[in-house]
Amino acid sequence: MNNHLGKSCTYGKSDQILLSRYKQISKGEFATMNKLHVIATSVALAAAVSTTTYAGARVDAVKAKGFVQCGVSTGLPGFSSADDKGNWTGIDVDACRAVAAAVFGDANKVKFSPLTAKERFTALQSGEVDMLARNTTWTLTRDTSLGINFTSPNYYDGQGFLVSKDLGVKSALELDGASFCIQAGTTTELNLADYFRANKMSYTPITFDKSDETVKAFEAGRCDALTSDQSQLYALRIQLKNPGSAMVLPEVISKEPLGPVVAQGDDEWFNIVRWSLFAQLNAEELGVTSANIDKMKSNSKDPNIRRLIGLEGIKGKGLGLKDDWAYNVVKQVGNYSEMFERNVGMGSPLKISRGLNALWNAGGVQYAPPIR
Amino acid sequence: MSTHTPHPDLPPPSSSVGVVGWLRGNLFSSPLNTGLTLFAAYLIFLTIPPLIEWAFLKADWTGQSREACTSGGACWVFVNVRFDQFMYGFYPETEYWRVNLAFGLIVALLIPLFIEHFRKKSLVVAFILFGYPVIAFYLFGGGIFGLVEVETAKWGGLMLTLILAIVGIVASLPIGIVLALGRRSDMPIVKSVCVVFIEFWRGVPLITVLFMASVMLPLFLPAGTHFDKLLRAMIGITLFQSAYMAEVIRGGLQAIPKGQYEAAEALGLSYWKSMGFIILPQALKLVIPGIVNTFIALFKDTTLVLIIGLFDLLGIVQLAFTDSNWLGYSIEGYVFAASVFWVFCFGMSRYSQALEKKLHTGHAR
Repeated sequence: MNNHLGKSCTYGKSDQILLSRYKQISKGEFATMNKLHVIATSVALAAAVSTTTYAGARVDAVKAKGFVQCGVSTGLPGFSSADDKGNWTGIDVDACRAVAAAVFGDANKVKFSPLTAKERFTALQSGEVDMLARNTTWTLTRDTSLGINFTSPNYYDGQGFLVSKDLGVKSALELDGASFCIQAGTTTELNLADYFRANKMSYTPITFDKSDETVKAFEAGRCDALTSDQSQLYALRIQLKNPGSAMVLPEVISKEPLGPVVAQGDDEWFNIVRWSLFAQLNAEELGVTSANIDKMKSNSKDPNIRRLIGLEGIKGKGLGLKDDWAYNVVKQVGNYSEMFERNVGMGSPLKISRGLNALWNAGGVQYAPPIR
Repeated sequence: MSTHTPHPDLPPPSSSVGVVGWLRGNLFSSPLNTGLTLFAAYLIFLTIPPLIEWAFLKADWTGQSREACTSGGACWVFVNVRFDQFMYGFYPETEYWRVNLAFGLIVALLIPLFIEHFRKKSLVVAFILFGYPVIAFYLFGGGIFGLVEVETAKWGGLMLTLILAIVGIVASLPIGIVLALGRRSDMPIVKSVCVVFIEFWRGVPLITVLFMASVMLPLFLPAGTHFDKLLRAMIGITLFQSAYMAEVIRGGLQAIPKGQYEAAEALGLSYWKSMGFIILPQALKLVIPGIVNTFIALFKDTTLVLIIGLFDLLGIVQLAFTDSNWLGYSIEGYVFAASVFWVFCFGMSRYSQALEKKLHTGHAR
């Protein structure tokens, strides 16, 4: 993750776009911004502490206004971006739509607020957005000091390696002595150094200012491998003249769990956001898709499926929603697999493999508690 | 007796007229100039042909997806497919006519101002300043007369850039004049208020102003009050630019000889009359280049709203890069955005030069 202000917190991936802009701005302004951020954070803390909200306030507010206001990134391939018709798409966008489907039975009752990395937490704390699905890494610092709660990761990301197929390398451990194209000023550099030191290998870093330059250098053969967050690597790979000539190695050397975030103070709302994702994961596990859910609803005998669809068990009572909340999520947004493949997986130009994001019973770590 | 008829003038030597003469005079007048000319020609040869080949000869123009881009040159299909979005942002397609109407109206209103002998210019100006903003506001935002409401979050692209720039320009000029006059005022409170205002806003970078408006302000406001983000940005940009404008205009005020002030007083004109009829017309004319310079800077500064998540022209172009169907066409997008900005800035610059020429009444040497 980028860490261009030299502070201890990390920022989201779309900072790369911002970073390139900030580079054009003088150092003096950098310092001002840095200070400002500190002030913003401390004021935010004060605000978060002093705000007294009763449980359910956010849910009531959302239901009253009739839509979910959702903070997304200002553009990150596969996570949140706008297509040429102006519709927001992506895995983070679908997280918001799933919540809207659960609450209102209509996935389109959501409005998107594109937020930059700096604005995102303030927007959440000030109540400008109801939830944040903005490729935000779950860390201890953020979870404990910003007055926010991470619901559950909808995407497990991590730093990986892109190498040319000609190199004939199958694992990062074979990269001893290799040269790496890196984007300057990011924690990617630090992770790389840690990884190589831990494995007693040597490497040559070649740093660049912007992600485009990094790709161009890799393509020109100035380095053996390119390292960045895995979800980024796939997006970078498409930009190569011949994407098939490079491959992403299986190793992931850092943990970047990304997931939706809500403000503290309303556990009911927290539950709804969290279980909207769990419903999708459970649906995948049970083999329920948007295509077959209607058939399942009318003739499935499996009690797990019947509980998911809201035909028996606790239904919508615990969350304070209609009984068919999970049915609506799966019907309108799809199960986790559908959502993943459509936005970042094989159904998308990114072609990211499930990897860590496979279900727990398929070699990944996506695990949802049962609906019962 | 024969009269003396002078021999007709010989034509100048062929090396000093025509193309050859021009070349000798301008490009090859000395060894140094010859060297520089050849070097420049070499640079042009290196850069221009590949550029033309990329941008025009080998470019792809029509199609619907990236598969249409096969020629190896620029992929203008990307800009083509996204053109409406670049112009209007997320504005609903069925409502584009409202934006077109609003911008068409302002152009139509500006035309009379360029007609030399049009009598009621002041009426038109008053309407542009006070009537038009209301009309434009309701045309863009809707919500009355059966117009569909379009929230500001959906405004974007060139439309947003122009709105921000026009609001900034129209609002910062009068505020700047007032501040400049205030700073030169004899009244201590007025003077110090203006000095503090100007120095404060000039002392902070625009990027911090925008951050302040978008990140800090919501924390100070009571929970539940939402202040439109675009409005916050507009206010920030306007205040910021007014301070710069005030200093440009103050430069003009200081350039007016003291005799002019004294003459105005000797005529018995009140402060506002002497300013309005004697001082400001001269001062503003003097600083047209400075004013237009500030406008151009403002126009380009509007792209900074990108950092608070508003999609101006540059922002929406950058957003388009992240569509996974169109990854890797950033150069085309940037070239497009740059050309649009250039056209507008160049237009402003030419207009200011024309204005200077028109008002050129004796000061120029």
